[in-house]
Amino acid sequence: MPKVTTVVIGAGHGGLAMSRCLTERSIDHVVLERGAVANSWRTQRWDSFRLLTPTWMTRLPGRSPTGSDDDPDGYLDTPGIVRLIDEYAAEIDAPVRQNTAVTSVRPDEDGFLVRTEHEVFGARTVVLASGACNLPRVPGIAGAVPPGIVSLTALDYRSPEQLPEGAVLVVGASSSGVQIAREVHRSGRPVTLAVGEHVRMPRRYRGRDILWWMDASGVLDERYDQIPDLPRARALPSMQLVGSPDRVTVDLNALTRIGVRLAGRLAGVRDGRAQFSGSLPNMTALADLKLGRLLGTFDAWAASAGFTGGEKVERFAATELPASPPLTLDLAGGGIRAIVWATGFRPDLSWLDVPVLDRKGRIVHDGGVTAWPGLYLIGMPFLRRRRSSLIDGAAADARDLTRHLANHLDARRNQDPEPIGD
Amino acid sequence: MTATDVPVDNGVNVEALLGARDALAETPEIGQFRWRAVNTWVKGTHSRSSVETFHGFGAAQRHKTTYTYDGDHPEAFAAEDNGVTPVEFVLVALGSCLTAGVAAVAQQRQIQLRSVRATVEADMDLHGILGADPEVRNGFSGVRVNYEIDADASSEEIRALVAQSQKRSAVYDILTNPTNVTVEVV
Repeated sequence: MPKVTTVVIGAGHGGLAMSRCLTERSIDHVVLERGAVANSWRTQRWDSFRLLTPTWMTRLPGRSPTGSDDDPDGYLDTPGIVRLIDEYAAEIDAPVRQNTAVTSVRPDEDGFLVRTEHEVFGARTVVLASGACNLPRVPGIAGAVPPGIVSLTALDYRSPEQLPEGAVLVVGASSSGVQIAREVHRSGRPVTLAVGEHVRMPRRYRGRDILWWMDASGVLDERYDQIPDLPRARALPSMQLVGSPDRVTVDLNALTRIGVRLAGRLAGVRDGRAQFSGSLPNMTALADLKLGRLLGTFDAWAASAGFTGGEKVERFAATELPASPPLTLDLAGGGIRAIVWATGFRPDLSWLDVPVLDRKGRIVHDGGVTAWPGLYLIGMPFLRRRRSSLIDGAAADARDLTRHLANHLDARRNQDPEPIGD
Repeated sequence: MTATDVPVDNGVNVEALLGARDALAETPEIGQFRWRAVNTWVKGTHSRSSVETFHGFGAAQRHKTTYTYDGDHPEAFAAEDNGVTPVEFVLVALGSCLTAGVAAVAQQRQIQLRSVRATVEADMDLHGILGADPEVRNGFSGVRVNYEIDADASSEEIRALVAQSQKRSAVYDILTNPTNVTVEVV
């Protein structure tokens, strides 16, 4: 049985950042990857997908800042992301085993047994870097949708051409939902968008990208152990952003302008009719207020930091809603031909046989450190800081977790019986 | 001592509420509640409801007294007006729920309230319940709540209080989202 100090599961940006930090500390390891490097970026994104973060923000530990012709202020498309992560894996010489899917991880007396289809590794420590978005999170009411309506999740969705001609219901107004609603509507399929809690965001503010403001003002460095309501912060829907060459804003007002119809959160399906919550005015009020507070944070930082380069302080118009948003929609009568569920994602840890899951199957961890000694997690929303949700967060998280992992190994070593001299 | 050192007190025990949330994380089953009202016909459209017991925190619970409420219809409906109409009870429920939320959230956010007053209004078209027009629903066509709040906070903070209160309100959720209702005869 091959033995290694650390098995990293997943060769995306998180697993590779971890690999680089382990190499810096001369900790021997392998990175097991079910497919190819950057697998989920290759296989689970729609055709028009681009990163929400500008290219200058895809900083990874030990990655040379030069070597790419990409516009630093642009947003990488899927081939661009795959190329970047591929080049990074080569540059840091990561010990990746591709096409090696892990089938189980379980504790043993020396640490863990990591089973793949072909062999079993003995590992003293394991880092779970298999991603936060492996499976779609679809509400139970999807089962009540009448037959004959095409139903897709954001993971299966590739382009509007996949959908029949006719009206489409998009459920969910996070980043994926607003992007899909926009391009499906522009393909000539009239879209109704069901909107629950959401995070409104302009693409640019005072002449800079909104992510520049988050980065510069320190918002992205807010730590997981210093914010008041961590479960809420971790469950927050993604920002209403799209990374497009024309830097458009895709908030609800922008969607209303192109003709997308807004409805409340999809609350039920009864007798072939979709039922939408009447809470839409409060959902948009909450999002407008929250955006106002965020911009206030940026302005306060700009004033204190003496930032003068940008344009003047601005506030965006409140989200406009129809006088009475629809409360029901006839699905069975042919009014809707397809539904796209952009209702979020969850990790797939079905192969993890270590008791670190809560009653709802979510992994319990303290900033990526699980309660099981030697088992770590990276690449989850707000893992250790707000930045953890982004590629740009992997560097600091990997450094912190590698330090913890190295301390764990040292502690174990010191517990071992001293060799007996003669 | 400056004014900001005076502790904010809206009469809400936030520590107890947060303690309950922690307790729920340990033993989720104690969060399962069942509320109960008993309604008895008096005469005509007049009925009387009493509320005394409920179940929650893993045990049978009891209010400190039995509360009773008369429901009826006004004289304009050829009734005797022995109490408020059932739909007005819904407005009462919404107002009490949202205001309780405003106080709790204000306490949590360290905002001192001085006065809170909500006017709750609902529109309804009688064609619905009279069966005069099948396209008109029985229930409200819209509900409006207007808050007048005097507090040590900016108008932005006050609007955020009211928004957060809606987000965590049971009655608001009951009114805005569908709920399965089963009615049986024994």
